[in-house]
Amino acid sequence: MIVWRAIAAAIFLVTGPALLAAEIPPDARRSGYAFMGPDTRAMQDDDTANPGMLFVLDGEQLWKKKTGSADRACADCHGDARTSMKGVAARYPAFDKALGRPVTLDQRINLCRAIHQQATPLPYETRDLLALSAFVAHQSRGNPITAGDDPQLKPFVDQGRDLFMQREGQLNLACTNCHDDNFDKRLAGAPITQGQPTGYPLYRLEWQTLGSLERRLRSCMSGVRAQAYDYGSPELVALELYLMSRARGLPMETPAVRP
Amino acid sequence: MARAPIHIAALISASLACSASADELVPYTIVGDGIPASLTGSTSDATRGRALVLARTTTCMLCHSGPFPETRFQGDLAPDLAGAGNRWSASQLRLRLVDASRFNPDTIMPSYYRNDGLVRVGRNFAGKPILSAAEIEDIVAFLATLRD
Repeated sequence: MIVWRAIAAAIFLVTGPALLAAEIPPDARRSGYAFMGPDTRAMQDDDTANPGMLFVLDGEQLWKKKTGSADRACADCHGDARTSMKGVAARYPAFDKALGRPVTLDQRINLCRAIHQQATPLPYETRDLLALSAFVAHQSRGNPITAGDDPQLKPFVDQGRDLFMQREGQLNLACTNCHDDNFDKRLAGAPITQGQPTGYPLYRLEWQTLGSLERRLRSCMSGVRAQAYDYGSPELVALELYLMSRARGLPMETPAVRP
Repeated sequence: MARAPIHIAALISASLACSASADELVPYTIVGDGIPASLTGSTSDATRGRALVLARTTTCMLCHSGPFPETRFQGDLAPDLAGAGNRWSASQLRLRLVDASRFNPDTIMPSYYRNDGLVRVGRNFAGKPILSAAEIEDIVAFLATLRD
């Protein structure tokens, strides 16, 4: 009896935490692309039909345009984005040594503007910031996501994971309740995805525009009737970082199209 | 004539009482696996309950499906509501709506009559239960009619 109890306890100790975590194994990770219909897939696949490509083209112009008191363009330091920016977005959010914390691609663009161009920051979700972000991230299309590999990011990845697992709002639901435990099912008729952020900034048909992952996270928070975190808040950056690390190995799709 | 001001005063105090009690829940008693007594003590309306179940704001159809041919926006995260009136008594249905987490702490079904112990509730919803006592009673009355 005692032996059996000890074995049962040992099994519980080993499997207990894994059962609680319910995280998606690497080989079962799927982009939101896999959950959508053929029309939306076709729109994403064809660059002439993908509305996100208009933002990418705008971003290319902005990349070459001199701005700020320094009268300097992104291209003046970084050269041809096709080579210098390739794979960069797949590593973001990345650790910023000066700040001692992770920054998103949007924040990196605004840090560059402040420090090197002496220009004012572009507000979140404005066309210019989305366009620059889309242009930079587009250079990583097809590259596997590796964000979160830097060991300095570990505490921030953990913070994001805790937030992902935390029930919140009047409906008292956590991200994990839908996106780990119930993907492939339907919420009011719409498929629930795994929440893999492979194609941001992306064109959402519901929005009729390009939007950031932070916008998407805030709208999920409103959905569970929680007080959404502010754009650029440490919590949203940590969530973005955790989600990107959770999508490790999936190819970047920017600019993705989603329903 | 003398009665009119009294009547108005009564109305004002009644409406004050209503707004004061917005954040306070009606106390209820759990007996076995249900709440046998109505939360309101007044009559409920199954027709209104059906409309509430289908209304987006109550969130029922996000997860549940049911015998509602007029809407194709139904969820499949939770059991079909068809036959709910066979499976559960009104008392059991009432507790499942009020606080389903009593049966399974990991359930994704929200506790519809609860206003504490929640995290980061949005400004417009803070301190309020998802459904009022009267709405719960109307929905219970409707679900009890769903018999195969």
